Amino acid sequence: MLPARAVLSRPTSPAEGPRAAPSVLQLVGNTPLVEMRKLRDGVPPGIRLFGKLEGFNPGGSVKDRPALRMIEDGLARGRLVPGKTILDSTSGNTGIALAMVGAALGYPVELVMPSNVSKERKQVVAAFGAKAVYSDPLEGSDGAIRLCRKILAESPDRYFKPDQYNNPANSLAHYETTGPEIWRQTEGRVTHFVAGIGTGGTIMGTGRYLKEQNPAVQVIAAEPEDAFHGLEGLKHMASSIVPGIYHENEHDLKVGISTEEAYNMVYRLGREEGLLLGQSCGAAYLAALGIARTLREGTIVVLFPDFGDRYLSTNLWVGWQKLGEARP
Amino acid sequence: MVQVKVPTPLRKYTGGAGGVEAQGGTVAALVDDLERRYPGLKERICDESGQVRRFVNIFVNGEDIRFLKHLETPLKAGDELSIVPAIAGGR
Repeated sequence: MLPARAVLSRPTSPAEGPRAAPSVLQLVGNTPLVEMRKLRDGVPPGIRLFGKLEGFNPGGSVKDRPALRMIEDGLARGRLVPGKTILDSTSGNTGIALAMVGAALGYPVELVMPSNVSKERKQVVAAFGAKAVYSDPLEGSDGAIRLCRKILAESPDRYFKPDQYNNPANSLAHYETTGPEIWRQTEGRVTHFVAGIGTGGTIMGTGRYLKEQNPAVQVIAAEPEDAFHGLEGLKHMASSIVPGIYHENEHDLKVGISTEEAYNMVYRLGREEGLLLGQSCGAAYLAALGIARTLREGTIVVLFPDFGDRYLSTNLWVGWQKLGEARP
Repeated sequence: MVQVKVPTPLRKYTGGAGGVEAQGGTVAALVDDLERRYPGLKERICDESGQVRRFVNIFVNGEDIRFLKHLETPLKAGDELSIVPAIAGGR
């Protein structure tokens, strides 16, 4: 049971909540940190575990941060000007974020994605008015990267490509926002930061900021244990086109996670913590629990990139089991 | 023979080939034949209990076998079977 105070404490008072924002773009970031009190699987009591709920961003994921920062950077450098279209390869959350930012700023957006991304993803992107171009699902995200390069090469003057895999503004977004937020939210007590690697932007930027504040902070990356996996958003680095912004020497440890175990963790997080999250969150939390069990004390922050409602039509939930019968 | 389309991460088992041939009257039999031809492949597709892994999609002529007869979905010569991970990777 939770202490009564935790159960009964009210959300922010209506007198203290945020004021009206001038644009949806001003609502990116400043996501909540929630303590994980129940699903601890043998983690010693001296360890505090926190989840950073990036699903609270207006586009629904952590990717709002780099999308906004990369587009701001493009505008500031004159690389994105009226008449140009924002183009990138993305298997989902970044596409949604770019589509949202593009819509808010009035720039058209074209996204290259493998045709097997979830139906919700495709619908959300379309709802923001962006155009989707589908690549071969057998080639995964690397196929989308290659097709995007081809489209750009054919009409280089038509497009602005944020290029999340190679744009330093991606990790800078986390250096400037995610890192400082975690430092403030934990009052400087964070000892470990755990996140999955997709482009590496989150782990690089956040990790760099936290290590600057306290060099003892440990930065741990979670990745699929195998090239053939079902962890949407994550990359198995050894078998992938390695993103230019990813530098393996900047994190302290990389943990391989099995897809099945990550899926089971997602089911448990819903039932035991009341947090319906995406599959990469399950992977990151498994990595965090593994680290936590080796420690006696510490404050571990795990980044949860999105909520789970955008995966309800995927294999995570559909087909192999009936809803309501998810295995614990 | 059934034409089998193999995704990039599994091509290390097929000598780099994205399309191979195998035989079997059902998807289960075909997966066993694939294992004989390309050892190690079955373990990537099926779990310890022999069921298709949750994140793996198998399509027969474009139809998801989850909505056919799962591993007992019948196959005939000339069919096309695709093995597709449920997601793409990369954000």
